[in-house]
Amino acid sequence: MSSRAKRALLDPIVDDNPVTLHVLGICSALAVTTSLLPSLYMCVALTVVASLANASVSAIRKVLPASIRIIVQMTIIASLVIVVDESLQAFAFETSRELSVFVGLIITNCIVLGRTESFGSKNPVGLSFLDGLGNGLGYSAILILVATCRELLGKGTLLGYTILPNVADGGWYSPNGMMLLPPSAFFVIGLIIWAVRTWKVEQVEEAEFRIHEVHRTEAH
Amino acid sequence: MPEIPKQPSVKRESVTRTLLVAFFVSLVCSSLVASAAVVLKPRQIANALLDVRKNILEVAGLLQPEGDVNELFAAVEPRVIDLETGAYLDDVDPEGFDPVQTRKDPKLSVVIPAELDIARIGRRSKRAVVYLVRDQGEITRIILPVSGYGLWSTLYGFLALEPDGNTVADIIFYSHGETAGIGDFLTKEPWRARWPGKRVYDDAGELRLEVSKGRVAADDPLAAYRVDGVSGATLTGNGVTNLIRYWLGDHGYGPFLKNIQGGGS
Ligand SMILES: Cc1cc2nc3c(=O)[nH]c(=O)nc-3n(C[C@H](O)[C@H](O)[C@H](O)COP(=O)(O)O)c2cc1C
Repeated sequence: MSSRAKRALLDPIVDDNPVTLHVLGICSALAVTTSLLPSLYMCVALTVVASLANASVSAIRKVLPASIRIIVQMTIIASLVIVVDESLQAFAFETSRELSVFVGLIITNCIVLGRTESFGSKNPVGLSFLDGLGNGLGYSAILILVATCRELLGKGTLLGYTILPNVADGGWYSPNGMMLLPPSAFFVIGLIIWAVRTWKVEQVEEAEFRIHEVHRTEAH
Repeated sequence: MPEIPKQPSVKRESVTRTLLVAFFVSLVCSSLVASAAVVLKPRQIANALLDVRKNILEVAGLLQPEGDVNELFAAVEPRVIDLETGAYLDDVDPEGFDPVQTRKDPKLSVVIPAELDIARIGRRSKRAVVYLVRDQGEITRIILPVSGYGLWSTLYGFLALEPDGNTVADIIFYSHGETAGIGDFLTKEPWRARWPGKRVYDDAGELRLEVSKGRVAADDPLAAYRVDGVSGATLTGNGVTNLIRYWLGDHGYGPFLKNIQGGGS
């Protein structure tokens, strides 16, 4: 694999992660991560859509008039999302019910349109596919981390299997119900972003303004 | 920031080109979506049927985690009834009865008079399928399909009654479009657990069962007929009250339940 291809695939996983660095796709990351299984399906769904949409947009990039490029990209993304949604309803009925509208909402997930517009419309097909795949995997990495924390701490289970036996069932772990509510996903994502930026200091954004001590004479 | 492609050639930006690209993209995308829908339809229908059966088994108290749904379902007895008289129609095969289709058929359905249509259903089929569970020949549960409008969407569920036709055994909602986290309390176990034992009609035969606004007070004389509502989601709860009131009323399963209470089989 050429180094460019490798970078397109691997960079979005940590160094250029769509969720932690660009803070995109947060809405679904909050909604579907109460347990691990639906999150895994969501990851697969988004990764499939992101890679195929990026490759398809790239395939027509040379004939695509700039005036209609966004609506064409949306059409491609929406069609892929419908196909994925229909497939889930056919092959993973229970999970598709749990994910409810959130599969459909991949259409509005900024990660997908962000990649087709900034990468797929300028790069060759193979590379665009890898870029979509990489971004899907980057999103998945965060979703899986968040869902693991939430299901483990909120229910004491992973994929439905008991890991921390609940007090209610005679065990010792008393589940933290807050982990099942949407705000906890914010906290977990916040902690992940903090951890990543402590490890990769170059990801820390330049402060937009600095708070400095106001001198009495300045305050008026 | 999205970059505008550098100096597009005149040809690429021509009107004909734009229309052509738009046309072909739409053509390819719509064929993709249409073929996926057609190819996957049979599986989706089978899944939906399986899901309905699973929910019926759940309120019938017959669902086993490891059991095969279709095999277990053999223990449930579907019967078609005429809603107006409440009588069984034994010459109609419940297998072939499709409530969705018959509801659309003007010959097989009736428009619900506006003043009775509290659940905002519009029209209903003249017939319905009810599901009976028996133990050694004796009916042990009566399962009635119910539906009605909540706040945003139609709620679909099954209400299971004890053989007296007056005590709630269980209730389940298997499809709704209420807001996740607000109106979806309907599908949650703790709320479902408040239903068993509630009574439908009072001694005078008046339909009393309802979801109250907030918690039912301990000293409420009607506590036996009232189920705790969820605060912040009163409107979905009202939807449940309305569908209960419609379907267990005279225009719904009322006549059928009177027959049951009168000792019919
Ligand atoms: C975005 C949004 C979604 C809502 N979804 C529901 C819902 O699904 N079911 C419901 O009963 N109320 C829902 N509500 C709240 C209702 O508008 C209403 O305030 C509530 O049902 C009143 O109940 P209360 O009197 O117990 O507060 C929603 C409100 C908002 C703003």
